[in-house]
Amino acid sequence: MRAVLGRWQTWAGFGIAAVVLFGVAPVVLSDFRLSLLGKFLCFAIVAVGIGLAWGRGGMLVLGQGVFFGLGGYMMGMHLKIADAQIRGDDVPDFMQIAGVRELPGYWEPFASPAFTLLAIVLLPTAIAAALGFGVFKRRVKGAYFAILSQALAAALAILLVGQTSTGGSNGLNRFRTFFGFTLNDPANRRMLYFIAAGVLLLVVAVVRQLMQSRYGELLVAVRDGEERVRFLGYDPANIKVVAYTVAALFASIAGALFAPIVGFIAPSQVGILPSIAFLIGVAIGGRTTLLGPVLGAIGVAWAQTLFSERFPSEWTYAQGLLFIVVVGFFPAGLAGLGVFLKRRRKAKTEPPPEQATDSDPDTEKVGASS
Amino acid sequence: MTEVKASAAGKEPIEGGNVGMGTHYLEVRGLTVDFDGFKAVSNVDLTLFQGDLRFLIGPNGAGKTTVIDAITGLVAASGSVNKSGVELLGKKVHQIARSGVGRTFQTASVFEQLTVLQNLDIAAGAGRSAWTLLRRRNGVLPAIEQAMHTIGLTHLADKPAGVLAHGQKQWLEIGMLLVQNADVLLLDEPVAGMSTEEREETGNLLRRIGAERTVVVVEHDMDFMRAFATSVTVLARGQVIAEGSVAEVQANPKVQEVYLGTAAAGADGIELVEENS
Repeated sequence: MRAVLGRWQTWAGFGIAAVVLFGVAPVVLSDFRLSLLGKFLCFAIVAVGIGLAWGRGGMLVLGQGVFFGLGGYMMGMHLKIADAQIRGDDVPDFMQIAGVRELPGYWEPFASPAFTLLAIVLLPTAIAAALGFGVFKRRVKGAYFAILSQALAAALAILLVGQTSTGGSNGLNRFRTFFGFTLNDPANRRMLYFIAAGVLLLVVAVVRQLMQSRYGELLVAVRDGEERVRFLGYDPANIKVVAYTVAALFASIAGALFAPIVGFIAPSQVGILPSIAFLIGVAIGGRTTLLGPVLGAIGVAWAQTLFSERFPSEWTYAQGLLFIVVVGFFPAGLAGLGVFLKRRRKAKTEPPPEQATDSDPDTEKVGASS
Repeated sequence: MTEVKASAAGKEPIEGGNVGMGTHYLEVRGLTVDFDGFKAVSNVDLTLFQGDLRFLIGPNGAGKTTVIDAITGLVAASGSVNKSGVELLGKKVHQIARSGVGRTFQTASVFEQLTVLQNLDIAAGAGRSAWTLLRRRNGVLPAIEQAMHTIGLTHLADKPAGVLAHGQKQWLEIGMLLVQNADVLLLDEPVAGMSTEEREETGNLLRRIGAERTVVVVEHDMDFMRAFATSVTVLARGQVIAEGSVAEVQANPKVQEVYLGTAAAGADGIELVEENS
């Protein structure tokens, strides 16, 4: 009965989210705001992966900007080549200005849309898997892993700034078309938003399945007692690599959507600061839950836009304060706070009623007890 | 706690094992653990047969836990650990675990955020395919059902392990070893911190599960040892100084010396020479 109810609630949750994202938002929001929401959805896609790797797997992934950047740059390269081809040029506009007459060798495969899409999926996955095996097999964890992943983000950002063939610190920008659709057309920009919304629902569904599967239970076990898991006959490294790789894949896809939606991808989206910014929303929303990271990421990004439009300089302080308060006093994030309040309310109203224990999809995953 | 059924019915662990020829065994030869020149364990020989409930005793720092660490691959060691024909030394921790050697730790280390059932399900699943792992757990495996019955936690199946009492956590750990299909169980002070009743129940549990397996218990509690051991190995300063039945070991002057300083020091302190009740 409860399982049926839980499943029904899940579908209802997905249904409501779909109605809000596909039905309400496009009607209520202006094209500009909708496109802004599309950007936030990209951050939310990254956040879902971080929730899995950090919240459930205990890996403090401080370098998701690397995979976000890889996806974004690969998509950006394809878009630039496609634009150049439409104009009949050999090389993208920024290369012409720099005096480059021939497409660099590593750009060439990205002329193919199929190759680009495959690479966006496969390259970050392969890199994360290789990196994960190298790191986790050697039992690098905790702060060392966090520092390592952050160093990687810094390194990639520095590398990109120095590369004239990827636009240096300006990155890639001024995309005119997206797989043949002109980006000036509001309808096409709306389509990009819908793609981002669809991808977000998909990654949430994937992570939900992972969290509820035996693998999800195992991942929590690895987070809480890696050595114990080892003595049960598992190699924890393999279990962690899967979550880390999935998180990297999501970040890459998010980056690939970010580039056309926002219109640029630059080293400033890759380095340490954006990598930490990804984390803030996840922490505030509640990293161990399924929807906490999504709502946290969207909420923080939304608040940032709203506040910085009015008080440009104060937002940074507000964000920092929020982060400190949440990490210091509500380690489980706002989702954890919700569960806490619910429990208190339940404790007050005598005989605890049967319902509401499985509750809505955003709180039921707290503590891995579902 | 309930009676164990099936093939173990009527069988009790006895010294030297209860199976006879063709039995499973764990043979430790010349086990030496060297921590930068300090030999925590030196040249330890142990032969354990299925159906033997062996207690490993000795004063603090005798190397009891280190022996278990070495067998399970946690610390590097030289010598040989042979489990029914398979050499374990040099293998990785999870490979040794998969070949049927399970252990517990001095502090109960269950996964507190997960339920009793989830704990057991993870313990039972080391050989699962990726496909099985990616799907939801449906129902309860018969082996897990039986293990919960054996350790007496069936009614707590859906409770998070973190809320269990100390003794129950230790039983859950033992249950995890059972579903892990370990036939060599190495238990590090399983009754430390337990109440008298819990000790009694744990001892009975060990005797029940020990009938079909090889169980090694590291223990400080001499009463517990006397009540439940079928054989005893005494370690001191990293070496085996005596081995045999409880009575033999108690009568051994070397053991008395280690425990009491000198053989003549009297029967106070650890009361090792007192007759078993």
